[in-house]
Amino acid sequence: MRHTISVLVENKFGVLSRISGLFSGRGFNIESLSVGETIDPAVSLMTIVTSGDDRIVEQITKQLNKLIDAIKVIDFINIDHVEREMILVKIAPKKNDKTEVLKLAEIFRGRIVDSGASTFTVQITGNESKIQAFIELIKPYGIKEFVRTGKVAIAREGIKKTK
Amino acid sequence: MKMSGAEILIKSLKKEGVRHIFGYPGGVVLNIFDVLYDEKDVELILTRHEQGAVHAADGYARASGKVGVAIVTSGPGATNTVTGIATASMDSIPLVVFSGQVPTLLIGNDAFQEADIVGITRPCTKHNYLVKDIKDLAGTVKEAFHVASTGRPGPVLIDLPKDVTAGTTEFKWPGDVSIRSYNPTYHGNKWMIKQAAQMITKAKKPVIMAGGGVILSGASKELKELAEITKTPVTMTLMGLGSFPGTHKLSMGMLGMHGTYYANNAVQNSDLLIGIGVRFDDRVTGKTSAFAPYAKIIQIDIDPTSIRKNVRVDLPVVGDVKNVLIDIIKAMKEQKSQWGAVRNAWIKQIDKWKKEKPLSYKFDKNIIKPEFVVEKIYEVSKGKAIICTEVGQNQMWAAQFYKYDNPRKWLSSGGLGTMGYGFPAAIGAQIACPDKLVFDIAGDGSIQMNIQELATAVINKLPVKVAILNNGFLGMVRQWQELFFKERYSHTRLGVVPDFVKVAEAYGAVGLRAVKPDEVEPVLKEALKIKDKPVFMDFVVDWKEKVYPMVPAGAAIDEMIFEEEEKKPEKKLKAVK
Repeated sequence: MRHTISVLVENKFGVLSRISGLFSGRGFNIESLSVGETIDPAVSLMTIVTSGDDRIVEQITKQLNKLIDAIKVIDFINIDHVEREMILVKIAPKKNDKTEVLKLAEIFRGRIVDSGASTFTVQITGNESKIQAFIELIKPYGIKEFVRTGKVAIAREGIKKTK
Repeated sequence: MKMSGAEILIKSLKKEGVRHIFGYPGGVVLNIFDVLYDEKDVELILTRHEQGAVHAADGYARASGKVGVAIVTSGPGATNTVTGIATASMDSIPLVVFSGQVPTLLIGNDAFQEADIVGITRPCTKHNYLVKDIKDLAGTVKEAFHVASTGRPGPVLIDLPKDVTAGTTEFKWPGDVSIRSYNPTYHGNKWMIKQAAQMITKAKKPVIMAGGGVILSGASKELKELAEITKTPVTMTLMGLGSFPGTHKLSMGMLGMHGTYYANNAVQNSDLLIGIGVRFDDRVTGKTSAFAPYAKIIQIDIDPTSIRKNVRVDLPVVGDVKNVLIDIIKAMKEQKSQWGAVRNAWIKQIDKWKKEKPLSYKFDKNIIKPEFVVEKIYEVSKGKAIICTEVGQNQMWAAQFYKYDNPRKWLSSGGLGTMGYGFPAAIGAQIACPDKLVFDIAGDGSIQMNIQELATAVINKLPVKVAILNNGFLGMVRQWQELFFKERYSHTRLGVVPDFVKVAEAYGAVGLRAVKPDEVEPVLKEALKIKDKPVFMDFVVDWKEKVYPMVPAGAAIDEMIFEEEEKKPEKKLKAVK
């Protein structure tokens, strides 16, 4: 089962390696990770996506909570939430395919953020399935370069129901 | 008034009540050692290896209940502490280790004697710090002692760059420590405690399994009370020995791989297992899927990560063991059950098992059996000694054949299983408890892993008694080779074992030897007479002796092998109705 976990941490040197060490020391994989400062510059928020059965994820969240520098840990599995991820794709379509690619980007509400002699760079924001669908569709047209930010998540207001 | 970083450090240690430090000097800690030169209230005990310093601080902490302190230099000095820190981490022992570091500006430059010790010790400390600004020094020391000694205790390392200890600033001691992200749970949830009390009341065949957490929490009195009022038999993990009196009629001794027949059977047939300050280590559970198959499991521990890590748990209670036990006892007293009648059949069954297969060995009048030496140590010390051990057969025999009636009398590397732990730990224990009798029960293999500490014991006039069970082999590995590898003794025969009597004498200690069983007691009595220097007792023992009972790796803990029926695991006993 895939889990999105948010960890509020002290914004200090070495904290990231304490967190990643918890995963690597137990042979757990991090699928995606994004880190950024919060409104309080002394605090950072990490969003980690990982997979494992209930026992593994229970251990992960407990171990994260145990870290002295971790202030708060939230596993979104049972919390209604919004997830977003952004990708930038540099596409190099054949001359004839250019309009097709631009149309596809439009359907996915992508924005063209750069353009070269033979390439477009498209920015797509969305949840995982949307991004995955776009990648699958665009693949045949020739992806030159591809970067993704990793997931960020935030709970929906008012309806934090337990599934 | 401005003070140097080194002065601030020592003043902070004094504020924390530190009297003894174990350490070893070096280039980047020169400022600290210079302050210690004139210091009257804090004594530095110079060991002969940094690993020895950390084990000694660990033994000091286990024997006294205080935080152990060590100071070493950068680079190799720091990396030499890693085994000691990992040993303390696995057994939840509070330590604060100070390592020197190259000046802040040189960090990361591969400077002379530089090692990223904060990075290296990250996974084996409870927390660690690099002090980059002298203004943070006093506060970091205070925080480190707080983190090391509260919650589930553990080792903390502070890395001190040379310019931080050499610089100057005002001394400011923080009034209080508050870390927003560190708030251990000390009191158990009320509803959980009520549930636990009900489960104990309902149980017909309950077993208490007590671990190191009981000792760390100082809850032996409460444990005894709970066991006595509810007439519940108690078994202990290796780390829990001494948390409950070993001579008590409800005691079943140790459980697990080399646990007693009756403790393992009781756990396997119980209908309620109350784990108190235990983490269900694999040496205790054997095959986890077959562990305590008929029991509901209650687990009481201050560390939520210990719960459900290895075995299923029906009722977790997170909290300090002592507080939780006080609350459970209170709840039990309100219940006014007739415990005697409910538990009689169960206690009788356990007594039957105790008679059926007690811990035993075959005495021989021509050759010394190692178990016999441990029994004699128990006799001559009247059960009152602090016993340290190395790791291997010596450790298991010391766990089985010495009865520990009080906590903090049994010092052994349980989790990490560190050979070379016992002797320096005994030195630390003797410094913490100068009036107590301190033994290290060792093997001829493991004693050689920190034998240099003889010099530390001699110069400090420490009367540590080292009983070497000398079988010429790395005995525990040899035992496995004999049982599971067709007696192919690959690299376990030590061949050249030094003459331990002469080694002791070369260091200015006393060396004694026994080769016949009737020489054992006179050697021990002779050793007890020596009050101002360490003694090595070389007991030449039967090399074929093995530790029994034994649960083979991967088997359930009631599938034990016994001495008379080697290699034939017992058929699993049916649950007792």
